[in-house]
Amino acid sequence: MQSRRNFLTRSLALGCTAAASPLVTPITLASTPGDARLVVIILRGAMDGLDVVRPLGDPYFAGLRPSLDLAGSHDLNGFFALHPALDALMPLWRSGELSIAHAASTPYRDKRSHFDGQDILETGGAGIGKGGWLNRALSKLPGTTSETAFAVGRENLLLLSGDENYSAWSPDSDLDLSPQAQLLLEKVYEQDPLFQQAAARAMELADLTDKPMSPRRAGRAKALAKFAADRLREDTRIAAFSINGWDTHANQNNTLPRALGELSSAITTLKAELGATWGQTAVLCLTEFGRTVHENGSRGTDHGTGGAAIFAGGALKGGHVLGAWPGLSDGNLYEKRDLMPTSDVRSYAAWAMNALFPLGKSELQTHIFPGLEMYGNPGLIL
Amino acid sequence: MQRETLAQIRFGYGLGGNRPIASSKSALLGEAKEASRAKPRASSADRVKVFLNYREARKSENESIQKKARQALARNSMNDLRAVLQNAVAGPGFGERLVQFWSDHFTVAANGPILRVLAPDVADNAIRPHIAGRFPDMLRAVTLHPGMLVYLNQVQSFGPNSRAGKRTGKGLNENLAREILELHTVGVGSSYAQSDVRSFANLLTGLSADKGGFKFRKGLVEPGQHTVLGRDYDGQLAGITQALEDIALHPDTARHLATKLIVHFIGGTPDANHVDDVAQAYLASKGDLSQTYDALLDHENAWGETFLKAKTPFDFIISSLRAAGATKADIDQIKPSELRNGVAGAMQLMGQQIFRPAGPDGWDEAPEAWITPPGLAARIKWAVGFSERIQEGHDPWDFLKRALGEAASPLLQFAVAGSESRVEGLALTLVSPEFNRR
Repeated sequence: MQSRRNFLTRSLALGCTAAASPLVTPITLASTPGDARLVVIILRGAMDGLDVVRPLGDPYFAGLRPSLDLAGSHDLNGFFALHPALDALMPLWRSGELSIAHAASTPYRDKRSHFDGQDILETGGAGIGKGGWLNRALSKLPGTTSETAFAVGRENLLLLSGDENYSAWSPDSDLDLSPQAQLLLEKVYEQDPLFQQAAARAMELADLTDKPMSPRRAGRAKALAKFAADRLREDTRIAAFSINGWDTHANQNNTLPRALGELSSAITTLKAELGATWGQTAVLCLTEFGRTVHENGSRGTDHGTGGAAIFAGGALKGGHVLGAWPGLSDGNLYEKRDLMPTSDVRSYAAWAMNALFPLGKSELQTHIFPGLEMYGNPGLIL
Repeated sequence: MQRETLAQIRFGYGLGGNRPIASSKSALLGEAKEASRAKPRASSADRVKVFLNYREARKSENESIQKKARQALARNSMNDLRAVLQNAVAGPGFGERLVQFWSDHFTVAANGPILRVLAPDVADNAIRPHIAGRFPDMLRAVTLHPGMLVYLNQVQSFGPNSRAGKRTGKGLNENLAREILELHTVGVGSSYAQSDVRSFANLLTGLSADKGGFKFRKGLVEPGQHTVLGRDYDGQLAGITQALEDIALHPDTARHLATKLIVHFIGGTPDANHVDDVAQAYLASKGDLSQTYDALLDHENAWGETFLKAKTPFDFIISSLRAAGATKADIDQIKPSELRNGVAGAMQLMGQQIFRPAGPDGWDEAPEAWITPPGLAARIKWAVGFSERIQEGHDPWDFLKRALGEAASPLLQFAVAGSESRVEGLALTLVSPEFNRR
């Protein structure tokens, strides 16, 4: 029987448990597939490409968005200008470490559902099956281990899920158990592979995290980027995480800068923490679709089609806004409401992987993004 | 395995509660009815008052008034959390699971002060009363609730040709219309088009809210007839209500809800015949949920002995509290700081921020989404801390029997018997696959 007194008087809150103990298997350093690094950041909620990379040179643009603030834009190439909340990325633009793909989209059309849109972005196409394209890419790289790819954060990242082993950990996790408790736990988990694998990995990774951080809501992206960079300096070659907050249906002048601040801090943190490794790194920031060309009734924008992707990294041949510009006159819009997509955002990801890893064009078009037509090389990577 | 054990684990919040155990179909349906009649923690008007007081105080220059307002808001949220825990720990299990299921189906995330106040009110006053009644009534109550109208931006939508639209130049916001079709009713797999979303958004323009709660604003209504899924409606409240009723009783809604119920309670790939049966029961009864649950429970898969689902962090903590014998009164005794760190904070580390799912599609149903290395590590850490707190009152072996009954595997029995300390023995039960699955 339980004791009433204890239930009432004892705290539910957690203290620190047992002292750190030597944890099971240390990670073996294994051969790795080359030196290039790829970071994929999923921008969940549909980033408004038109506000982030503003086509100020398009004569229709300003009139479509009367109450959205255009002041403080940083000119990129005389036609496009960057949102002021991405200030900190301008040095990267100038040094050729930042590029944009505009009017890009996945093949997803018409229903404009975040969740379907993100599924297609992460699986790599409609009806392709369950796993993510980054996992399929992993299956074609030589000499990979479970360290090669890392999903960072607390969510289950479809992008990396699939048959290949990868790691998942969050910088605010730790685990202290006595050796005996660990042995018993391993025994109990033998009967359920889902628990067995998650626990085995948790025990390994707890050892790798020097000091658990507790990322607050603002600054979460910085903590994720720092943890990703720590891994990428070691044996990890591919890291992925996501940043939320892009679904700016209302008051976009206030809501979008918050999300951009997180993105900007993720990229600058990666650069700072990667040090010399930044030179071999490409960061792809992808979103499920763009937003309506017209602002809506609440100083925001609704779900659209064509959008923008942001690329950064020392491995980039940067300083370009890629993709043909479709124009914003009524006749040039998709369904008279959205930016017309002129390129497939998957092709940029495919060409980036082609340059970074030993992955051939046909492999990319048939296995990693089945059915994708990559067309000509946009020259994203050095 | 005894049917009682299975029913408690799969359709309730786990063994160890202090109520009589429902195991027959009719007893489970009785639990749904009982939960639907439970008194809400507060009325909508009282909750709105909390927000209005907060907003008023925020205008003050006086720092201490501002601080008091923030504290009152935080206290209100703590009261909501406490009430949710009490209902789940001590209420009729299947009924309380249904309240959570439908609250997730109609997700309103508590983002920002106004939704912190209104999100729990949607569950309390728009969802709970209907969980054993008609789905069309629940859909209408939720759609007209200020919490949903704010969360999915309906309060910012203006008919472009309405009086107010012409005067202000403001226009449509499609968010609510889209999510009703995509998530709440026919589902994204249904064959609606962007034109249906647009037209439905035009139809809904009169729906708004003010200090008094729901408000129909004639001045915002887009004039004319609006065609949604092949039927025409005008934008008056009666037209909107009719549209919601028709969409709720659409065959695609029946299949969407049937599939979601099966995925939520049973898991795995839904059996096609089972989906047919549940959808048929829904349609034949014109959306009567008790008859729908009857068909859900009336299938061999509902009583299969393999547990395919994983408890969410919320469900895991509730089950742990029940296993430890917690009562409503015990939960009253938990200090606010402990609720914040030991429950809400712990859940967040396990991957679930209470009242705040990331988007309107709610929490993930897949076990793999929760049993991840960091998620499981957080459960293990919490279980060890919780076991330290309850160790004096519980023998590990009795705790195992109380928490899992004959669902405890021989392997787990062996491990608990072999643990070197009381705390570890208790924690092993809590982190075991059988305790975390359902």
